[in-house]
Amino acid sequence: MVPAIPAVSVDGLVMRYGDKLAVDGLSLTVEQQTITAVLGPNGAGKTTTLETCEGYRTPQQGSVRVLGLDPVRQRTELHPRIGVMLQGGGAWSGVRAMEMLRHMAKLHAHPLDVDVLAERIGLGDCGRTPYRRLSGGQQQRLALALALVGRPEVVFVDEPTAGMDPAVRRTTWELLEELRSDGVTVVLTTHYMDEAEHLADMIHIIDRGRLVASGTPLELTRGGTVTTIRLVVTQPFPAGAPDSLREALGPETVVAQLDAVSLLVTGPADASTLAKVSRWCDEQGVLPESLTLGQRNLEDVFLDLTGGELTP
Amino acid sequence: MTGPTTGTFTPMPGAAPLPRMVLAQAGMEARLMLRNGEQLLLAVVIPAIVLVGGVQGADRIGLDFSRPAVDVLTPGVLALAIMSTAFTSLAIATGFERRYGVIKRLGTSPLSRTGLLAGKVGALLLVEVLQVAVISGVGLAMGWSPRVDVVAVLLSLVLGTAAFAGLGLALAGSLRAEATLAAANLVYLLLLAGGAVVLPTSAYGDFGEVVRWLPSGALGNAMRDALLDSAVAWRELAVLVGWAVGGAVLTARTFTWE
Repeated sequence: MVPAIPAVSVDGLVMRYGDKLAVDGLSLTVEQQTITAVLGPNGAGKTTTLETCEGYRTPQQGSVRVLGLDPVRQRTELHPRIGVMLQGGGAWSGVRAMEMLRHMAKLHAHPLDVDVLAERIGLGDCGRTPYRRLSGGQQQRLALALALVGRPEVVFVDEPTAGMDPAVRRTTWELLEELRSDGVTVVLTTHYMDEAEHLADMIHIIDRGRLVASGTPLELTRGGTVTTIRLVVTQPFPAGAPDSLREALGPETVVAQLDAVSLLVTGPADASTLAKVSRWCDEQGVLPESLTLGQRNLEDVFLDLTGGELTP
Repeated sequence: MTGPTTGTFTPMPGAAPLPRMVLAQAGMEARLMLRNGEQLLLAVVIPAIVLVGGVQGADRIGLDFSRPAVDVLTPGVLALAIMSTAFTSLAIATGFERRYGVIKRLGTSPLSRTGLLAGKVGALLLVEVLQVAVISGVGLAMGWSPRVDVVAVLLSLVLGTAAFAGLGLALAGSLRAEATLAAANLVYLLLLAGGAVVLPTSAYGDFGEVVRWLPSGALGNAMRDALLDSAVAWRELAVLVGWAVGGAVLTARTFTWE
C-alpha cells in the first residue's frame, strides 16, 4: 500500500543568493514511509533545498510541496506534521536539555513521553545539563529528540550523525530505521556515502544545485564496480566529446556516442563519477537533460552494438 | 523496509491549543530570564537599590519634593523596572535567541510567529508582576502610602511595556547580539540618569519639557500620576501609544528572525 501523496515533491526549484546559483532547476520526489537521502558535496544545495521544504525560504522559481502542502503559505497546517533537526544550535544557552525537550513537547497535541524518548536517544545522563555545556554529540542527540517529540509524519534531518562517535552513530541509524518501520518518512542530508548506502531506500545525488542521479543504493553502486551512465544533453555535443569525457573519467572507462545528444559511459562509477560527468558538461558548455544510472543490461549492449561507436 | 514495528514513533501529529503553547512559551522565557544572574540584577536588584538609596539620600542631595520621597520615588522605580524588563532584558534575550538559532528552531514548531510574540509579552508580564511585588514591598516597608488608581496603573504598565518592547525588538532585530547587549544597557543607563523615569520631569528644569516626550519620561509621569494622585495621565499614555506604534512599525520593517 503506497500512500498517494508524496512526502516531498520538489519541482523545478531555483534558488539564488545574489548572483550565486545555489539550486538550479532541481526536481525530486520523496515517497512516504521511506528513508530518502539527499547526497552531495558541500555547497551542492542540499541545505537550501531542505530549508525550502521546511518553510524557511520561499522558492524563487518552481514549487515545493510537503505532504501536498505549500510550506510557506500553509505553514500552520504543515508545521505540526513535520519534525526538523537543525545542523546546530536551536536552544537557549541556559536551558537544560530535558527542559528544552519538555517545552517542545508542550507545543504538540500528542507528544511522545519525553522520558522514554530521552532514554532511547541517550539523553538520560545529561538531562539537567545546560545546553551550552552539552558536548557536540549530546547537542546533536537533543536536536534529534526535538525533531521527533511531536510525533511527526515527516522528519528532516540535516547531517544527523556529523560529529557522533561510531557507536552513537549506529544507534542513531537504528533509530531512524525504527522511525521508518513505524510509518515516519525520513529525509536526510549527508555527505557520508556509507550512511546513505546503509540507511536509504532511495538516494538523490545533487551537485551544483542539480540532480545528477537518483536510485536505490543498489542501483547506484551496482556491486561497487561497473555501471552505465546514460547522458543526454539539450544540444549536440562538440566534436571529440567522447575522448574528452574519457580523459576526464579515467582510462578504465568506455564512452560510446549513441547519437548527437547522447553518450553511454560504461565503467567503474560512484558518486564522484557523476559529479565529474556533470562538471565535464559545464566545461564543454553543454546542458544535461538527463543523467541516468543503470546496470549494464541487455538493452545497453544492444544499443552499444547498434547505435554507438565505442571509444576506443 | 524491514525491522521491528514497536509503534513508538507512529505518527500522531498535532499542535497544542494556542493558549497552552503561549503559556508554555511565556513560562519558559520568564524562567530563563529570572535564572540569568545579570537579568535578575537588572530586573529586581538595581531598582530596589535605586529606591532604597534614593529615599535615604533624598534629603542629603537636596532633592526637595513636595511629598514624602518614598511616595515620589516608588512609582518611578516601578517605571524603571518595567523599562529594564520590557526594553533591556527583552532586547538582549531576543538578540541571543536569534544568534543561537532558537527563533529558527521555533520557526518550524507549531508555535506561530504571533504565538511567539504573545509568549514574549506573557513572559514580560510575569516578570513584571514579580518586580511590582518586590518593589512595592520595599516601598511599603519604607512607609510608602500610595493613592492608587488601579486602571491608570494597569494602563501605564501595559502601554509602557508595549512601547519599550517594540523598541527593544527593533534593536534586537537590527543589530548583532553583542551590539544589542551593549546598546540596550547603554540606553538603559542614559534613560535612568536623564530620562525622567525615576525622578519627575519637574526635577529636570526646562529640560523636563523635552524628556516628558521620551517613553521613559512618559511612563514615569504616568506611574506617578496613577500612584501619587490617583489620576490617569492621558497625555503621557498617548505618548506611550505613539512610541508603541513607532516601535512596532520599526520592528516590522527591520526585524529578521535569524
